[in-house]
Amino acid sequence: MPERSLTESADTWAACPDWVRSLLAETLAPGETPLTWFEPDLDCRLHYAPAVVVLTDRRLLSYQWPGGTRQNGRPAGEPESRHAWTLSPQLELVQRDNTGVGKLELFLAGELISTWRYTAARAAGARRLSDGLSAFQRYGKVGASPVAVRPASLECATCGARFRVGEVSCPECGASIAKSPMMSLLRLFTVARKYLWMGLLGFALTLASTASGLIPPYLTMPLMDDILVPVQGGNIVDLSMVKWYLLGLAGASVLAWGLTWAQMFVMSWVSERVSADLRIKTYTHLQQLSLEYFGGKRTGDLISRVSSDTDRICYFLSVYVLDFLTDILLIVMTAAIMLSIDWELALVTLFPLPFIAYLVFRVQDRMGHGFSLGNRAWAEITTILADTIPGIRVVKAFAQEEREIKRFKKANDRVLNTNDRVNKIWSFFNAVVVLLTDLGVLVVWLFGVYRVFHHSILVGVLTTFVAYISRFYARLDSMSRMVSATQRAAASAQRVFGILDRVPKVAEATNPVHPGRLEGRISIQNVSFRYGTRPILKNLDLAIEPGEMIGLVGQSGAGKTSLINLLCRFYDVSDGAILVDGTDIRRFPIGEYRRCVGLVLQEPFLFYGTIAENIAYGRAGASRAEIIAAARAARAHEFILRLPNGYDSLVGERGQFLSGGERQRVSIARALLIDPRILILDEATSSVDTETEREIQIALSNLIKGRTTIAIAHRLSTLQQANRIVVMERGEIVEVGPHAELLERGEAYARLYRAQLDMQSGRLADEEEDDLEAADEEDVDGAEKTS
Amino acid sequence: MAIFTLKTDARRRLILTAEDGQEYVDVAPVRAFPLSDPLHAISICDAEGRELVYLDSLDELNADQRALVEEELAQREFVPVILRIVNTPALTEPSSWRVETDRGHTTFEVESEDSVHRRAPRQVSIVDVRGIRYLIPDTRTLDLHSRRVLERFL
Repeated sequence: MPERSLTESADTWAACPDWVRSLLAETLAPGETPLTWFEPDLDCRLHYAPAVVVLTDRRLLSYQWPGGTRQNGRPAGEPESRHAWTLSPQLELVQRDNTGVGKLELFLAGELISTWRYTAARAAGARRLSDGLSAFQRYGKVGASPVAVRPASLECATCGARFRVGEVSCPECGASIAKSPMMSLLRLFTVARKYLWMGLLGFALTLASTASGLIPPYLTMPLMDDILVPVQGGNIVDLSMVKWYLLGLAGASVLAWGLTWAQMFVMSWVSERVSADLRIKTYTHLQQLSLEYFGGKRTGDLISRVSSDTDRICYFLSVYVLDFLTDILLIVMTAAIMLSIDWELALVTLFPLPFIAYLVFRVQDRMGHGFSLGNRAWAEITTILADTIPGIRVVKAFAQEEREIKRFKKANDRVLNTNDRVNKIWSFFNAVVVLLTDLGVLVVWLFGVYRVFHHSILVGVLTTFVAYISRFYARLDSMSRMVSATQRAAASAQRVFGILDRVPKVAEATNPVHPGRLEGRISIQNVSFRYGTRPILKNLDLAIEPGEMIGLVGQSGAGKTSLINLLCRFYDVSDGAILVDGTDIRRFPIGEYRRCVGLVLQEPFLFYGTIAENIAYGRAGASRAEIIAAARAARAHEFILRLPNGYDSLVGERGQFLSGGERQRVSIARALLIDPRILILDEATSSVDTETEREIQIALSNLIKGRTTIAIAHRLSTLQQANRIVVMERGEIVEVGPHAELLERGEAYARLYRAQLDMQSGRLADEEEDDLEAADEEDVDGAEKTS
Repeated sequence: MAIFTLKTDARRRLILTAEDGQEYVDVAPVRAFPLSDPLHAISICDAEGRELVYLDSLDELNADQRALVEEELAQREFVPVILRIVNTPALTEPSSWRVETDRGHTTFEVESEDSVHRRAPRQVSIVDVRGIRYLIPDTRTLDLHSRRVLERFL
């Protein structure tokens, strides 16, 4: 068996799990080399069943096991059926993915000879196999596409397959990769290592303050037995010790006060720093993650991970861990003291503790369950608020206030009902906890009274024991809350580490090439892009000269924005390459490359700050003159001067008081100031009226001068100054050429253009429909030819 | 009655011949309401997802055509019905679920509790991180453990 390294190599086979290797050992002919494999997880009836298909340099081998035989990520027992097909140029694998379930079909000379079914989790394997076969038939070898950098990979603990860091579950066997939440909690200590000495100091202080808290009962014992009881019994005793005992009690209180103060201070100092470190670490990492991560996450969720989860961890470390430590120490020390005073009474006193502790924990658990029900009901209210307040215009426009009030009332009633139920449980169980702790103390009284009657102990010893044991049971309640608090903190830690463990999918190159001053020659070579298993862009080829303006048109969903995302390196291509000035953009350092690319979006996002700061966002060191020059070129200068504070005016959150066109011009100035060689306009004018559009057009024509520009536009009229128009349809480039030429050709672009003209000239809707239908039919013809 | 014919070719693709004789290769039947009303509102779309034919009900088809459509639907639809939840998925994200379904045992990952939805008072659907849907048509049919697990996520 070849030695397997932890970095993914170009050799696809190296990632294959061990059980597939051993399965093949007996089947392979001498000299036959396996190339790639695929593990379908369904049978033809779409029931879960293990299977594996292996491509070798001679054959395609298939094994299928009966359903339900998968154990620990691999099939158990003998395969139900085996097949082998000798490779020939007539063999063809076709992969078809539907939502959730896919189909891989094997054709021999156009005839279907076998089908494998799989869930979306295995789609990557199916693609690997079908790509592998066609690559082997064409080039005689199976190779991974050349990629500048590959993130280090991990090995699945269940089936042994290797996968990229950042996956949630193993792409081959589906086993979970996520580490257990408790592990995450332990990982907190690696973050806290920096504060080891302060932590140890805190622990020592905890130890001391707990011990000082145990002194008072110890002093009351002789006070009672040597002085108070004899005095009450009419005996004459030496009273000189009284003041020492009382002083001792006072001293112990002062000591406990000082130590508790110091301990609280030190421990919260440490925990604040741990959570602050965690927060900045999380945020820094978040900023470095690729856009893809943010696409799949809700903003609110990410915000809560950075803010409230780290806060919860801090609270856990400073309050719960501290309390728990104190409790444990208290129990150990009290037990030691009691044993030293009177071991028999101590044993009896401690005997019921485990049972009562167990009962208290159980009760707390039930209460915790009740509380989480309450929280859930509460969350529903929050959801309704988060839903309706931002959408209030829609609610009012459709006059649905009544209905929303009803919806809220329903959720509100549910909260009320759940809380009533929880309160019922809570009030009862809380009393039960009190009863249980009282029972524990009662046991001490019972045995103590018996012993006092038989004169085997003194009253003072008994009261000391009662004092100790009451503290004990008082802590049990808070200790039992530790379980749920730990679980919650562990969950928070896991969510925080969930961000920290994520590896940016757009990776930095290992041997970067510095872009310097680019010319702006773009060459898109055979680029494909898949999002998950869905193909978005298919084999695009396009060369763009420096300074050329390209208009990108097509229906929404045609892949225009995806292409732009690839150009900005928000995502990386799945296949092929994008070259700028002859260098693969994956070889540039991401930050340096993006500084050469200016982006103007449909909805310009302005940050909180002054206009000047917003314009200088991409170049913090820009001088005032440069800012004004950029604003002038963007036709923003005059309206900025009309604002009360000129360039020092604050842009409210999301630029509330600027109009759409004004915001757009500020964002154009922002793009101008970094003087990019490549400019990308993503529907920069589609959200404004025609008049404003004209203004922006002038601003844009300043911007695009001498730069390679790629502009997406819905209004084709805005693209008339483009050197060439690229028409995209369903992820493919269907037409390229100058405006006039494409119009003359009378195909896709001409159709789009005519449709828009018709709309503008206000032709009747029904005529337009006829036109569109005609267009649709033409499309179908085209699809027929290609399929 | 709809005027079109369906047949399959050597590649077992579904072919629809429209009224005007136009042939569409690799068409797909799609249910408009797969959960709430699976037997009505069925659309037949071409390979690009454009609707060719709309059927109010499967009853509009004759027996042969209906069999073809139903077979194709069965081939495309993959919504395992959960019969039992075997493990106790943690409330942390993502959680791993081991379940017994009508299609056998399986394990899947759920991104967060937002992926577990109550659709009707007793119907629950779960979407895993890969986008596969799982259905529990009636929570009353589950055993106590499974119901407890679900309750924590709803």
